[in-house]
Formats: sequence, C-alpha cells, structure tokens
Amino acid sequence: MTLPSLAWYWPLIGGLMIGTAAGGFLALTGRIAGVSGLLANTLGLSRGGDRALSALFLAGLLVSSGVALAVKPISLPSPAGSPPVLLILAGLLVGFGTRLGSGCTSGHGVCGLARLSPRSLVATGMFMLMGMATVAVARMIMGDGA
Amino acid sequence: MIRLAAFLSGALFGLGLVVSDMANPARVLAFLDVAGNWDPSLALVMAGALIPSAIAYRWVRARNAPVLAAALHIPRQRQIDRHLVIGAAVFGIGWGLAGVCPGPAVALLATGQTFALVFAAAMVVGMLLHWLIYHFRTTEGSP
Repeated sequence: MTLPSLAWYWPLIGGLMIGTAAGGFLALTGRIAGVSGLLANTLGLSRGGDRALSALFLAGLLVSSGVALAVKPISLPSPAGSPPVLLILAGLLVGFGTRLGSGCTSGHGVCGLARLSPRSLVATGMFMLMGMATVAVARMIMGDGA
Repeated sequence: MIRLAAFLSGALFGLGLVVSDMANPARVLAFLDVAGNWDPSLALVMAGALIPSAIAYRWVRARNAPVLAAALHIPRQRQIDRHLVIGAAVFGIGWGLAGVCPGPAVALLATGQTFALVFAAAMVVGMLLHWLIYHFRTTEGSP
C-alpha cells in the first residue's frame, strides 16, 4: 500500500477545524459532536438526543466532505483488494462497539478528552490499543504487504 | 438558527476530516501500524482538535448554558463500566480491520464507492443489533 506523504501542518489544520466544529456545536447547541451518537439519533436507534439537529450535523458533514473529496479524491481499497467479509465484519464491530462503548473517535477522542472525562480517557486508550493490536495481528497473518 | 449551526458545524467537521486526510483509511491504518511505517498524522489531528474543543467546553461550562439552546446535554455517567471497556475494545478491533470510524464512514458515503457503502451499511446493522439487544431488553420497567 503506497501512502503519499502528508505535510505535518495538514493534520494540524484539519484537527483544528474538527475541534472548532465539535466545540462550536457544543457551545451553540449544547450537544456533544460524537458521530456514532449523532448517527444513532438520526436513525432513531437511541433514547435521548435531538433527531433534527443530529441529522443536520451529519448532512453538513456529508455535503462538505462530498465537495472536498471531489476536489481532492482519495483512493479507497477496491472491492477486489480487500475481502468483503472483513470489511463487513469491521463495519459491524465499529457500529456495535461504538454504541456499547457510548462513543467513537469524535465523541470520546475529541469531545470527551477535551472535557477530561475519565470514561473517555479509558475508552480512547482502549480503542487505540485494540486498533494497533489488530493492525499488528493482520500484518503477521497477511505479511508486510497488508 | 440552531439548525443552521448544526449544519455548519457538521460541514466544518467534514471539511476537517478531508483536510487532515483522516477520511483516508490508509492514513488511519498507518497511524495504527506502530510496528511498521508509522504515520503520526492522527495524533496531530487529535492534538489540533483538542485545543479549540477544550476551550469551547470551558467557555460554555462557565456560561452555564449554550448560546442557542436552553441546556447543556453532557453525559452524566461517571462510572467506568464493563460496557464502556468492552464496547471500546470491540470498536478498536473493527477500526483496525478497516481503518474507518463513524465520522469518516459518513464522509466517505459521498464517494459512492462500494467500500464506503458496504462499510456504512454494516456499521448501521451493528448499531441496530446493539439497539435491539440493549434497548428492548431494558425497556420494560425503565424510565
């Protein structure tokens, strides 16, 4: 897999934008910008949450990233390259796990850590460690090309 | 007004995901690949995101109410329980398999590519499974 190098300031600028978006959403609407929670709210798969606001946040995300990805396309793994079973399994685990664990990279990793929430600190450490372990195991099984 | 704020926050969030290249599964996997050709981008994104996010949190906490709504909706739960730890672990395994978490999953839908559609569909099924198991099991008698 060839990954083009990325100047250090792009992740930093993008991060500032993500944090400003999450912070702005909290300061203006009073709600946490955690995408897994907002998606569950939008789909009616949660108890609390404002459905319209959640849907609008996701609509904004989809529209802007759609435009940005049209300007700066990224290459996704082709269906032939990655086994569909693994991709489906990955999606199932991400969907189930983020709901069971009450958050994902945005809810725990950005919003929760900014609040110094002990729960989010534990969750973020856990999903980072498990993500790293999974990549390490996948590398061992599939060789260095994975 | 509050609806416009929600839409614009989402739009800025999505733009940030693409600018930082976090919508790119290969970039995320390269961060998780600590034993290989490690890419620190995701750590820089988190660092950059935490600064404005923490400032906004402190500001709105001191103000005691958000600008466009009556009350703050911040998780009240404090306990580090089994669900939190197991859920985060399960999420981490899925994240490591595909390099996609929920934010990028929504962003990538815009590409219309099979990879994005299959992942997002499976993710929604995973959320639905959780809802069916944990919601209906605890509906009766709960407030």
